[in-house]
Amino acid sequence: MLLGILASSTLAIEGDYESIATVTVGAGGAGTIDFTSIATTWNNLQIRAMARTDRNDGAVQDIVTLTFNGDTASNYSDHYLFGDGAAAYSDGTANRASIRNYYVTTAQSTSNRFGALIIDIVDYKNTNKNKTTRTFSGADQNGSGNVSFTSGSWRNTNAITSIQLKPLGGSNFVQYSHFALYGIKSA
Amino acid sequence: MSLTYNPISSTTLTSAQSSVTFSSISGAYTDLVLVVNGSQTVATNTNMRLNGDTGNNYSDTTITGSGSAASSSRNSSQPYFWFGVMGTGQCVASFHIMNYSNSTTHKTVLHRMANSVNYSQASTGLWRSTNAVTSITLLPNSGNFSSGSIFTLFGIKAE
Repeated sequence: MLLGILASSTLAIEGDYESIATVTVGAGGAGTIDFTSIATTWNNLQIRAMARTDRNDGAVQDIVTLTFNGDTASNYSDHYLFGDGAAAYSDGTANRASIRNYYVTTAQSTSNRFGALIIDIVDYKNTNKNKTTRTFSGADQNGSGNVSFTSGSWRNTNAITSIQLKPLGGSNFVQYSHFALYGIKSA
Repeated sequence: MSLTYNPISSTTLTSAQSSVTFSSISGAYTDLVLVVNGSQTVATNTNMRLNGDTGNNYSDTTITGSGSAASSSRNSSQPYFWFGVMGTGQCVASFHIMNYSNSTTHKTVLHRMANSVNYSQASTGLWRSTNAVTSITLLPNSGNFSSGSIFTLFGIKAE
């Protein structure tokens, strides 16, 4: 659908790419970001986010975890490729309790700096397939930082009806963190 | 229902050009996405400036696949972003400027470059300004963008 827009330069049909829900974290912070009661209207989902956590142990980066339908059992796996400005790294982990997305900023980062994430969840309502995610993310911090690609898997054929994002190192996402969920339809 | 993913403006070069600027960008959206399908007259980095800021307020971290190796590099305190090499062959690039209109956070750009000849690259960039983004300028580090290159700016609006 996106390539069609680019090639033809015509306007998208109303409803092809829809804003479903948006969360902007307030002054008190948020321990989790929850998108619930997700309808089966669309084919794919996309989360676009800017995030910073309250991790305060000296680290300038934190991981955003992703779980579906309240499942916190070891039904997830992920692989990542990231660059830290000096070298490229890759790793993967099977059978863990969430999909990990690398990296956002923390309380140790210079103020006003947030990491960015674009998370695609393809075919989220298909009951014949396990679910796959694709994340493009990163946070440059002027002298440090990372850019990352992550692929994730949830070994479950249920349609996704809820999504939870949570910091791994910190307790909360801090004020001004922003998470937007979009639905994308096929023709 | 209003459109969520809106084409704002598009430019197709009818001759080689040293820069492309989108200006007077409305604050009506949440994110901006700039998509380029084109090439350069000289294979070089694609630089980006926001709001015409020529101060050393830009930095970026890049990962590159050359076909034989993966590597990463960084630029700090620069007068523009040093993004990927479009090259002289056909290239597709996207630049996601996240939460561009807020006046609280520094601005982050996520960038991907698919160069048909040399590289696959991705970057994250930081513009150390809390100002809303109202203009975007792309310029090759040397040479020009080639005639026929297409630059399209989209706005994504969260409800």
